[in-house]
Amino acid sequence: MTGATKLTRRGLLRGFGAAPVIASCAGPSSGEAAAEAVSPADPLIDAVAIGPGLAPLDLRLNGAARTVEAAPQATLLALLRDQLAITGTKEVCDRGACGACNVLIDGEVRSACMTLAHDVAGREVTTVEGLATSGAPSPLQRAFVELDALQCGYCTSGMLISCSALLSRARGPLSRAQIQGAIAGNLCRCGCYEQVIAATLSAAGERSAL
Amino acid sequence: MAADTPTQSPEPASAAEAERPDLTRETWQIGKVHRKVDAMERMRGVARYTDDLKLPGLLHAKILRSPHAHAKIRRIDASAALALPGVFAVVTGQDFKIPYGVIPWTPDENALAVHKVCHVGDGVAAVAAIDEDTANAALRAIVVDYEPLRAFFDPEEALATRDREHTINPYARKGNLSKHVLLEFGDVDAQIAGAELVVEGEYFFEGTTHGAIEPHCALAQVEPNGVLTVWSATQVSHYLHRELAKVLELPPHRIRVIQPPIGGAFGGKSEPFDLEFCVAKLAIKTGRPVKLLYTREEVFYSHRGRHPMKMKYRTGFTADGKITGVDARTILDGGAYSSFGLVTTYYSGQLLCAPYRFPAYRFDSTRAYTNKPACGPKRGHGSVQPRFALEIQLDKAAVALGIDPIELRRRNDIGADVATVNEFRVGSNGFQECLSRVESASGWRARRPTLPFGQGLGVAGSTYISGTNYPIYPNDMPQAAVQICLDRSGRARVFSGANDIGQGSNTMLAVIVSEELGVPLEDVRVLSADTDLCPVDLGAYSSRITLMVGNACLEAAQRLRRRVCRSVAQRWQIPANRVVLAGRMALDREDPARNVSSAQAFQWAEADHGLLGEVGSYNTPKDRHGDYRGGTIGASPAYSFTAHLAEVDVDTETGVVHVKKIWIAHDCGRALSRKIVEGQIEGSTYMGFGEALMEEHLIDPAHRGVHAGPSFLDYRMPTFLDTPELHAMIVEAPDKNGPYGAKEAGEGPLHSSIPAIANAIYDAVGVRLDRIPFSPPRVLAALRERAQLEEQGLVPAHKPDRRPRSAR
Repeated sequence: MTGATKLTRRGLLRGFGAAPVIASCAGPSSGEAAAEAVSPADPLIDAVAIGPGLAPLDLRLNGAARTVEAAPQATLLALLRDQLAITGTKEVCDRGACGACNVLIDGEVRSACMTLAHDVAGREVTTVEGLATSGAPSPLQRAFVELDALQCGYCTSGMLISCSALLSRARGPLSRAQIQGAIAGNLCRCGCYEQVIAATLSAAGERSAL
Repeated sequence: MAADTPTQSPEPASAAEAERPDLTRETWQIGKVHRKVDAMERMRGVARYTDDLKLPGLLHAKILRSPHAHAKIRRIDASAALALPGVFAVVTGQDFKIPYGVIPWTPDENALAVHKVCHVGDGVAAVAAIDEDTANAALRAIVVDYEPLRAFFDPEEALATRDREHTINPYARKGNLSKHVLLEFGDVDAQIAGAELVVEGEYFFEGTTHGAIEPHCALAQVEPNGVLTVWSATQVSHYLHRELAKVLELPPHRIRVIQPPIGGAFGGKSEPFDLEFCVAKLAIKTGRPVKLLYTREEVFYSHRGRHPMKMKYRTGFTADGKITGVDARTILDGGAYSSFGLVTTYYSGQLLCAPYRFPAYRFDSTRAYTNKPACGPKRGHGSVQPRFALEIQLDKAAVALGIDPIELRRRNDIGADVATVNEFRVGSNGFQECLSRVESASGWRARRPTLPFGQGLGVAGSTYISGTNYPIYPNDMPQAAVQICLDRSGRARVFSGANDIGQGSNTMLAVIVSEELGVPLEDVRVLSADTDLCPVDLGAYSSRITLMVGNACLEAAQRLRRRVCRSVAQRWQIPANRVVLAGRMALDREDPARNVSSAQAFQWAEADHGLLGEVGSYNTPKDRHGDYRGGTIGASPAYSFTAHLAEVDVDTETGVVHVKKIWIAHDCGRALSRKIVEGQIEGSTYMGFGEALMEEHLIDPAHRGVHAGPSFLDYRMPTFLDTPELHAMIVEAPDKNGPYGAKEAGEGPLHSSIPAIANAIYDAVGVRLDRIPFSPPRVLAALRERAQLEEQGLVPAHKPDRRPRSAR
């Protein structure tokens, strides 16, 4: 496989992400970092050229191994919604501006609309549908319902993902400011922010009481 | 589909336990805190919104939009688009020649432009293709030959042009005048001439938009039986149904409109949009299901948001702060189409006559067509802008007369069971209590005189309708109707045409049914907004659902309750009024140990009466308004009242206004479901806060009418970091026209949040901001202006003794 590796522009960009590329445009000082990123030791550079047709892709989705076919330009959001009919993740702004399509990729919050499907190859993706355990809603989901942290519900899956990530990474008692930070990128037009805070605090309290 | 795996019931086993009735209470559900009936499926991501629906053979549609603000269409050539593989059909304005409009008197738009485009973003052609990418490629292949025309972006400039050639809207009969209303009550000029103080002010309310998180989406399919089914994220399925029938020239019974769960609307989905007609026509043409989801940019261009209004106010006061007369002149920038504009023009004046008594009142409102996306109804339709002006006028008077602003408002309170100057009948009125609640919660009396320069408190009040007295198209049929069936398993099914848009109206219906029939909320199934299954309802607008649909539902539920109680009473040999239905049981009030399950009670009733189904209808009382022309527009069966009190911190170096807290007391008549009402109060105030400080729906004339920022990055809606602390307080002044006394809660609590912030800024730093948004450059400019006047000795220093020593 390694022998067949072809370094393509897309593969390169995908391999080390756009940030170092942009950084390298900024001035000579970042050249070193870029050179480091292209070092042959980086496993991501082993990516083969894919496309223009569908290409296979392995990932773990909500705890289950999946093999799917996706076009190289397809976003993770399109893969989830259009191909896999996992529609809890919503398309709202399609520009990474609202947080409604947030999913967890290896536990990190990411906008599914700004992530290419092939970038999650070999990774663990969790959508709102994956927050429940064997069909039982998580304490956070139950708290959202009890404390009315939703009205229309269209931003809710993104909110839940942001708050779940916070709950799983936070150590010790949760502060208001931490939740504010976690949902700063989630727009809710019904104005339920305060209830989201209350629900997240309540879920955190429930967890620490265990 | 992984998402559809069956799951265990999310309800905790103790739910029934928790809802064991307290027989000493008059009600067992009303006023409690409830989980929304559809919250759990939304929470788990399995609720199917319109864009989540997928049908076999689905095609995707896209609309080609005008790059010109005003242009004739000479020719459209779609042949290259049609020749592309994967493209199934193209439609243009020639397929939709019948004009429509949500207000039957102003049908002035077509589903796609027929001969001319009237704003950037006007739909010109639509394509159905195998996927969105192919549809977009097809749009690029369509050639449109435009002849650009002079565009008008200023309403007064548009109104000044009278020739046919410069008439924007092709159906307009009076040039660029969309609507003019002049109404006078009492002798305004004499009343103002005799006033001891006359406050004059000019105000500008910038346009803002709804920004619902879910973009508009529609899906259509012709069923095997020939019925055209349209699923749409609409808040008025009935009006959509009517307009589809008209434009597509189909009998209404051949069309079924279904509103799936909807991701917010706020007025932005209250009329038909081009996408619904396009998917319907394309589905008919191709014989396949067709779906269209607006991009976020398209949502901004579809707009129908708050009208920019330029307002001139003259208000007379007596020396003790009583209003003697109000004189208002308003120019409304309507955009290219009427939308609800006829009503907006009336509302800009008609909805102002409470909570304060006006001895005389005149308003002169003119709505102009301009080459911009059409304005329409946004939460607090038509009256948020004039409320902004009036409440600042009152604050100016309070300062001039040296009267506490809350006290000045108290002195002008119109009271309960009274007629307004424009002859609307006000029923219950909790405004005084609203004022007292925000006054004491904020510590107004003690804190306001001591807050240092830069910090301030401001107050404002408002009123809003609980439904309109007349439907949009004149008819004598019920304005709301509900059908309820009980079945032998002990459950209730409610069929309602009303649209739950996230405000919780389905839960409200479930609460009423639960209250009356004794079954818990989870045993009530509400089926709503499906024109094949549900009785006609006019939809989610004008804050009508709780009062109107609630009353219809209450009537049906009470009829069923009487039957069930009679059957139980017969078996127990007791009078029917001793039977209580509560807690999933029927009980003997005097001997609660004697009880049966709801299922048993329903079975007895079904055995006695046959299938247990009932209907309820509601029509407004017709004695709530005047007889003059326009006297019914703005009349409502009941009015809600609100007081807002805002606390701000103004940074005089940067001009940044930090709203720290807003206390809101809202008289909703009676809270049927407490948490939902609080959510509505806070959500409204949040939205008003955004309009006050951050939001601007700007069409840029310097860029030929392009939207200044049609995205969620550029159109700045408040995130949590921006939102102030909100303290919602429920005030209950039950109205005899509302179910259990309930009035509205979803729109009223927006209005006065904006002027309360403006008045707080004045209290903090002594500057008046008479246009929204209160952005840092405007605040700085106003501060500089004030400083100059102070230097020239024309005005005294603001809070001179409460400034930091260095700034004195």
